[in-house]
Amino acid sequence: MSDINSNIPEGDLTSKWTKYKSSVPLVNPSNKRTIEVIIVGSGLAGASAAATLAEMGYKVKCFCFQDSPRRAHSIAAQGGINAAKNYQNDGDSIYRLFYDTIKGGDYRAREANVHRLAEVSANIIDQCVAQGVPLAREYGGLLDNRSFGGTQVQRTFYAAGQTGQQLLLGAYSALERQIGMGKVEMFTRHEMLEVVKIDGKARGIIARNLITGEIERHFGHAVVLGTGGYGNVFYLSTNAMGSNVTAAWKAHKQGAYFANPCYTQIHPTCIPVSGDHQSKLTLMSESLRNDGRIWVPKKKDDNRKASEIPEDERDYYLERRYPAFGNLVPRDVASRAAKERCDAGYGVGASKLAVYLDFKANTERYGKIEAAKAGNHNPDKETCMRLGTAVIKEKYGNLFDMYAQITGENPYETPMRIYPAVHYTMGGLWVDYNLMTSVPGLYCTGEANFSDHGANRLGASALMQGLADGYFVLPYTIGAYLSKEISTKAIPTDHPAFVEAEVRAVGILNTLINIKGTKSVDHFHKRLGNIMWEKCGMARNEKGLNEAIQEIRALREEFWKDVRVPGAANELNPELEKAGRVADFIELGELMCIDALNRNESCGGHFREEYQTEEGEALRDDENYAYVAAWEFKEGVNFELHKEELKFENIKVAQRSYK
Amino acid sequence: MSTGNMNLTLKVWRQKNNNTKGALVDYKLSGISPDMSFLEMFDVLNEDLINKGEEPVVFDHDCREGICGMCSMFINGRPHGPKDLVTTCQLHMRSFNDGDTIVVEPWRAAAFPVVKDLTVDRSAFDRVIAAGGFISVNTGNAQDANNLPIPKMQADAAFEAAACIGCGACVATCKNASAMLFVSAKISQLALLPQGQPERYRRVQSMVAQMDAEGFGNCTNTGACEAECPKGISLENIARMNRDFATSKFISEETV
Repeated sequence: MSDINSNIPEGDLTSKWTKYKSSVPLVNPSNKRTIEVIIVGSGLAGASAAATLAEMGYKVKCFCFQDSPRRAHSIAAQGGINAAKNYQNDGDSIYRLFYDTIKGGDYRAREANVHRLAEVSANIIDQCVAQGVPLAREYGGLLDNRSFGGTQVQRTFYAAGQTGQQLLLGAYSALERQIGMGKVEMFTRHEMLEVVKIDGKARGIIARNLITGEIERHFGHAVVLGTGGYGNVFYLSTNAMGSNVTAAWKAHKQGAYFANPCYTQIHPTCIPVSGDHQSKLTLMSESLRNDGRIWVPKKKDDNRKASEIPEDERDYYLERRYPAFGNLVPRDVASRAAKERCDAGYGVGASKLAVYLDFKANTERYGKIEAAKAGNHNPDKETCMRLGTAVIKEKYGNLFDMYAQITGENPYETPMRIYPAVHYTMGGLWVDYNLMTSVPGLYCTGEANFSDHGANRLGASALMQGLADGYFVLPYTIGAYLSKEISTKAIPTDHPAFVEAEVRAVGILNTLINIKGTKSVDHFHKRLGNIMWEKCGMARNEKGLNEAIQEIRALREEFWKDVRVPGAANELNPELEKAGRVADFIELGELMCIDALNRNESCGGHFREEYQTEEGEALRDDENYAYVAAWEFKEGVNFELHKEELKFENIKVAQRSYK
Repeated sequence: MSTGNMNLTLKVWRQKNNNTKGALVDYKLSGISPDMSFLEMFDVLNEDLINKGEEPVVFDHDCREGICGMCSMFINGRPHGPKDLVTTCQLHMRSFNDGDTIVVEPWRAAAFPVVKDLTVDRSAFDRVIAAGGFISVNTGNAQDANNLPIPKMQADAAFEAAACIGCGACVATCKNASAMLFVSAKISQLALLPQGQPERYRRVQSMVAQMDAEGFGNCTNTGACEAECPKGISLENIARMNRDFATSKFISEETV
């Protein structure tokens, strides 16, 4: 049933990648020096690709909208990065990481891509350590690991609660090294506004210098987008304020298919909304579920303080429903379970939209171990709590501090209140095995593509995928394309295609400035977010999605008539930047609802209320929906569906169970 | 739109661009909630300004969870405001009182020119890193990570130095606008690890040279940088950098 070709190499799953690497065409060093590659985005997926391609000898131009490549939102990833190292001797292997990822993604990811990801995962850790990334170690000097959701082994490497920061700074250092050598030209505070296509191939971009407002044309033999996810379509999410879909969306409008847009990850452990002034939501790392137990009161509308609710009146609902995985079920399962309890009236806190994450039991347990180490085999409770708190502080100190700072409560004394929030988007630009989109010469890496996580991403897999794509996959696969471009001379940017793309970009900017309406960009963004959260959020249904599509269309019309963008286009103007991004989010929001409506099943992060088991679990329809939905943009704002069939030849597809 | 009841007077630095003169402008705000972050309070101000047809205040911010290092306001004479160990985005209005007057300025340093309002140009930091803040290792066949055991204390110390977010508060608060804390944090991280040894002395020389070329001032050991650093980066790093720098001068050109 596929009408698109994913270009997966033939042969046995476990040797595909090795064989491919050995047979992919190469570009000789002197040709590399004349081949230019544009990388948009400087997060894990962008910076690692830019640095590696430059090391290989290509001429690289890298763009980011922040003031430095080090600010990319990968920096905020807390918990860790998975790798099939089996350092803990707990039976881990490439196959198990592959299996866990396919299963965690609810059987909606491509086997070949995921296996490749598992294969290169170990190289990532080696590379990062060689760069001087200070990952956590044990007293013996070897690397430490912890557990994450959806797995039964300890394969997560980490650096306190700042793993993303340390990995990104590693990639940033590698990138800066190439910048210092003149092999990468870096454009900070630049936003990509258009992809330039010549004879059907991506040949460059139009970018706006955000300081001066100047519009620039840049040629590249190939263009790579590592521009992150689109969670901010919900307005409130754990993404950075500037995270946006614009680069991916402009590529979509130039012919790149957008795959599985409705697959959204709602992360179960975030700090709840405190009021309508809220501008973003803050994640409390999944690693906390190693030591935190999640519960709500057994009694409805229980207004007692957490400490006043006795043990037998607490419902540890994850441990009750999923005894095998307990508090470490995958994110989609944990989020829905929290929503189910709160909707049923068992929520806690002023808003009743929260559950407790409680460290008391494990604090006491750690305290007991510490006391025993010091020779005290019969410690009293107070001693246990004192010693245990020190252990918890060492493991999660920065997260506890952050919680205290935001809520004004002390999480060492009272349980954290948490609630699910939008965190990651599994959908993204469709790419083939080579990470090339449906536009030749246009590549997409990291969260911006759709490829490896299926319908739900497991914790600590985003960092793995971003760096796998940038360090170990794209630098090889792009050679297959560039080896055919060695005789293509740099195309002058006065080519009509550049002029035309610039006219499109400038047209949008001028329109936005000249509407001079009555409502701010944020006003529209919040309304869009509200529609998306209510009708295309943790649970979706046909009626709601149909309503959402109509509401979003009406909102789009109103936006283009009534948005107010102060200031001018030829200066630093954050409102203008936001306006362009929100315009794209509105169109994307509609596509997400269309995709969610098309998918008459529940899988991973996509939960259609009509399709659930008697126990309220996601009910897949493998017969009719085991495909990637890749949408093509059509004139106006219309979308045509293409299907890529997913074949599972190495894993038995089953109902996902964590019980 | 907000649910609180705090009334504030803000004195905010407004400057159209680097070629024009700036000035403090007064704004009255009401209905501020103590649960808002400082930047959310600025969102309220900007929404008011937009609704009144005025230009909103431009300020840098992105992750709003204290890690990207982009936010950078000088609040009542202190970078990132009155609380220790937090960035502006993690500063909440419960740290202020109803009726307060709050002065908000951009980072001020010759090496950080103002771009607009509260936004400054910190690209000098990137150039210092590009001069040597890395280990020269290409992507490829690095050895197995556990082949290089590193004592936990040493790895932890390197991590503590590596926790720097590059916000520039150290420069902004220093009377000499010195970047020694920032530069020494990167130098320390790599000097504490075995992977960083081969380039240790070359690195300190080239990064210090670039730091000087960018126009940052000298260090006179006042310690304001450490006191104001939102990530608690220690002055010990500066001592380590000075020691390495001095050592590098005793090593012959060839070995550096």
